[in-house]
Amino acid sequence: MARKEYAFYPGCSSQKGASASNYLTSVESMCKTLDVKMTEIPDWNCCGASISYAESGELPRLVMNARNFALAEQNLPGQDIVATCAACWLGSRESKERLEHSSVLMADTNTALKEAGLNLKVIPEVRHMVEVLIEDLGYDELAKPVKKPLDGMKFAGYVGCQTNRPFGIAGESFENPMYLDKLVESVGGTATQFDQKVTCCGGALAFSEPDKAQAQIKDIIEAAYDSGAEMLVTPCPLCQANTEVYQGQINKKYGTKFNMPVLYYSQLMTLAYGGTAKEAALDGNVIKARKLEEFAAK
Amino acid sequence: MSDMNQQMTARYKNNFLKEIEEQAEMGDWVKMCMQCGVCSGSCPTNFHSAWDHPPQELFMMIRAGKRDEVLESGSMWNCVSCYNCYVRCPRKVPITHIMHGLAEYAYRLGKAPKQQPTQFLSKTFWDNATKTGRVNEVKLTQTLYFKNGLMDGIKQAMAMQSVALGLVKAKRLNPMEAVGGGHKCKDIKGIHAMLAKARELEAQRKGRAA
Repeated sequence: MARKEYAFYPGCSSQKGASASNYLTSVESMCKTLDVKMTEIPDWNCCGASISYAESGELPRLVMNARNFALAEQNLPGQDIVATCAACWLGSRESKERLEHSSVLMADTNTALKEAGLNLKVIPEVRHMVEVLIEDLGYDELAKPVKKPLDGMKFAGYVGCQTNRPFGIAGESFENPMYLDKLVESVGGTATQFDQKVTCCGGALAFSEPDKAQAQIKDIIEAAYDSGAEMLVTPCPLCQANTEVYQGQINKKYGTKFNMPVLYYSQLMTLAYGGTAKEAALDGNVIKARKLEEFAAK
Repeated sequence: MSDMNQQMTARYKNNFLKEIEEQAEMGDWVKMCMQCGVCSGSCPTNFHSAWDHPPQELFMMIRAGKRDEVLESGSMWNCVSCYNCYVRCPRKVPITHIMHGLAEYAYRLGKAPKQQPTQFLSKTFWDNATKTGRVNEVKLTQTLYFKNGLMDGIKQAMAMQSVALGLVKAKRLNPMEAVGGGHKCKDIKGIHAMLAKARELEAQRKGRAA
C-alpha cells in the first residue's frame, strides 16, 4: 500500500494533448518516487474556472463542483480531493465553503444533483498538490529522495494568484509566501529574490484582452531576469502557459529579448529525484530548458 | 429594454442597493465598503487605466442609486480574478466575487457593454466546458478568434501562429480536438439535466423570469 492516497482531480488542462499535459506527466513521476497514490475521480468534470462567472451564474457553477465531490465521496470514500491546477483547487474549495455555509444552496445543489443520479452528504477536504507535499510529507521528506541536487541553478519562484489567494497555503503570507522557494531549495536549487512572485499574469484576460495581460507578463519576466534567475518555476498551469508562450509576442511589441524557460515545481523535483527528461516532461516546454535537458542527460 | 430589466426596474423602483443585494452574487456585502480604496490600489489592471470606475467607486454609485452607470460600465469586466483586492480589504468584502456578480447581473439584464471581449470569453468558456463536461481548448480558441467573422479570425490566427505552433510541437495543443476528438465526460446527459435544474432553481430563488 502506498504511503498516502488521494482522490485526484487533474482538471481539463492536464489531459493528454492539452496545455498543461506536461504538468500531469511530471506530477505522476514525482508521486511515484514519493510513494503517493493518486486515483483519478471517475468521470470528473470541469470546475468552471473563474472566467465562467458571467454565463454560469452561481448555482450551476456550484453544482458542477458538487458533482465532483459526490463522485469522489461515492467512489473514493474518506480520501481528500487533490487538485494540481490552481483554478480547479480554488473553484472546488470556494464551492465547498459556500455549500457548507448555506443550507439553501446545499439543498438546491442536491436537488440538481439528483438529475444526474447523485447525492452529496459530506464534502471531502479539497487540497492543492503543494499542500500535500508540504503538510503531509514535509520539506525533509521531500529532500530525502534527491539523487541529483539542482546545484547552482537559479530559479525565480513564481507563485502567482490562485494558489496564493484567497486561500493560500497555511502559515504563508499573501504578500511574500516562501513555500515555493523552500521547495526549490529542498531539491538543491537556488531561489532568487524575486519581487513579482505574487503578481497576476493576467489570467483569462490573456485571451480576451491580450495587451493588458502581456503588459503584466512583461513585468514578471523582467523582474525574474533582474533577480538573476535562469528559469521561472510555478505551481499553476495558467501562470505557466501565460508567462511562457507569449514571450515571443512581448519581444515583438516591447523590443525585449526574453527567452526564459518556465517550469513546474514537479518537473524540478522529478529531475532532482533522478528522473529522465521524458519523465519530467521537458519536451512539453515551448521555451526549451536546455540547462535542465543537459542536467537530465548527465 | 429587456423583459428582465423591465421586471427588475418595476420590482425595486429606486432602491438599487436592495436590487444588488438580492440579485448580484455577494451583493449583500456592498454596504460594508468604507471607501478606503485599497482595492483600487491593489488591482493589477487598474495600472493600465482599464477601470472607469474602480471597485470602491462602483460601491458608492450603487448606494447612490446610479443604476444605468453601474450596470452599463465596462469596469468590472476587467477583473482578472487575482483576489488581491479580496485578501487586502480591511472590511473583508469579497470584492472579486462582487465584481463577477455585478458583471453577471448586468449581462442577464442586457445592460452590459456590447462586444465586451471578456464577456464573450466567459460565455464561450462555460458553453465549451459544459457541452461535454470538459474544456476543449482547440474549439475554445477557434470560437474566440472567429467571433468577428472569417477574415478577422484568419488575421488573428496568423498573428498567433507561432504561439500555436510552439504548443503543437510541445504536444500541448492537439489539432484533432477541432474535429471530434477531445476529452469528454461519460455522463454528459446527466450533466446537462443537472445544469438545467440548477438554472431553474436559481431563477426561482432570485425571482427572475426563467
